[in-house]
Amino acid sequence: MYTQALDSPGPELASAVPAAEAERERRFQERIDRDEKIEPKDWMPEAYRQTLIRQIAQHAHSEIVGMLPEGNWITRAPSLRRKAVLVAKVQDEGGHGMYLYSAAETLGVSRGELIGQLLAGRAKYSSIFNYPTLTWADIGAIGWLVDGAAIMNQIPLCRCSYGPYARAMVRICKEESFHQRQGYEIMLTLARSGTRAQREMAQDALNRWWWPSLMMFGPSDTDSVHTAQSMRWRIKRFTNDELRQKFIDATVPQARFLGLSIPDADLRWDEATQHYATGPIDWSEFQAVLKGEGPCNRERMGARRAAHESGQWVREAAAAYADKQRARPASGRSGYAQAS
Amino acid sequence: MNEDWALYEVFIRARSGLEHKHVGSLHAADARMALEHARDTYTRRQEGVSIWVVRSSDIVASDPGEAESLFEPARDKVYRHPTFYTIPEDVKNI
Repeated sequence: MYTQALDSPGPELASAVPAAEAERERRFQERIDRDEKIEPKDWMPEAYRQTLIRQIAQHAHSEIVGMLPEGNWITRAPSLRRKAVLVAKVQDEGGHGMYLYSAAETLGVSRGELIGQLLAGRAKYSSIFNYPTLTWADIGAIGWLVDGAAIMNQIPLCRCSYGPYARAMVRICKEESFHQRQGYEIMLTLARSGTRAQREMAQDALNRWWWPSLMMFGPSDTDSVHTAQSMRWRIKRFTNDELRQKFIDATVPQARFLGLSIPDADLRWDEATQHYATGPIDWSEFQAVLKGEGPCNRERMGARRAAHESGQWVREAAAAYADKQRARPASGRSGYAQAS
Repeated sequence: MNEDWALYEVFIRARSGLEHKHVGSLHAADARMALEHARDTYTRRQEGVSIWVVRSSDIVASDPGEAESLFEPARDKVYRHPTFYTIPEDVKNI
């Protein structure tokens, strides 16, 4: 990803008349319509830039906060294999946060600002991470459902019009498919070869994660404020409801294979549409969790702030060490090779 | 909030015989930390055998607004491509 430090000089002309601005926007939209990628130093409408900063930052924050519910189970994973896998998955989420922060920075916002907004509680992140992970089956359900929903959302973003975001998403999608598979494998073990208690634990996890997973796709199309413009700009390729439906259609048979039931009495196959029809989603729950009233909002932010504060001395020490190294004569420095 | 550490661009050689390719960027306090973070951030699945890190501020980039005039001189020089030349079919190995 390129970053804002690469931006070439050349401030916009302050005297630009609205007509010239409209002409630029028209040419920008034509580029989008031709499926050209927009790169960091290209001209873009301010609203496009702000929309992307908001979306990519929320996405990055979600990756970072997303490490917490699963990190909770690293020390209690039932085997060394499960533990190694979980550590690798959580480390991937951290890496995905880094790719995304870098992509957001290409739009002219600093890493410090973004992290500051998260820690100050002014930034949004995915509502799903404000639910607790009560049992080991929750780790299976998160991989299967939460990562499954995330992948459904993210695959079309690989073709997003903004180059750095699209490239970050390609990398993330490649890495994420193991996340969903390891989750489903946990569910398989519990539900198909487990004891009765383990089967019940798997069903209980599905019961608690199903509806919040459907909410991950965001509000229904009729209530989504950003969808139309984002689709015109080809930031989004499908609407929230279209992606949610795809996820439901893919997931219901997977639940059936596990021998588990989806907690929705209205769920049925609709022969006419060739899709599963579901009962209504409780959007008041979604709104409440977004507003900070979910079961774990405060706990998640508390953990994030504590991690940031307890890392303060490390950041200070690294900066002091770098200063000291710079102050030394060049011959005294070592530790890395020249490019070759 | 502290000021951000310097930004580095990361280039990775996937295996010997290939060139280093830009893969992304990261913040680090110094070059050595940049290399270590690049290892953790961009090569968790054996994506490389060699890493370069370069301070982003040391990269000089062309301006996309001037791309037209910058690359225009090459546009009318089709004679730089082999297909520009017609060779009789009877002539072989050329």
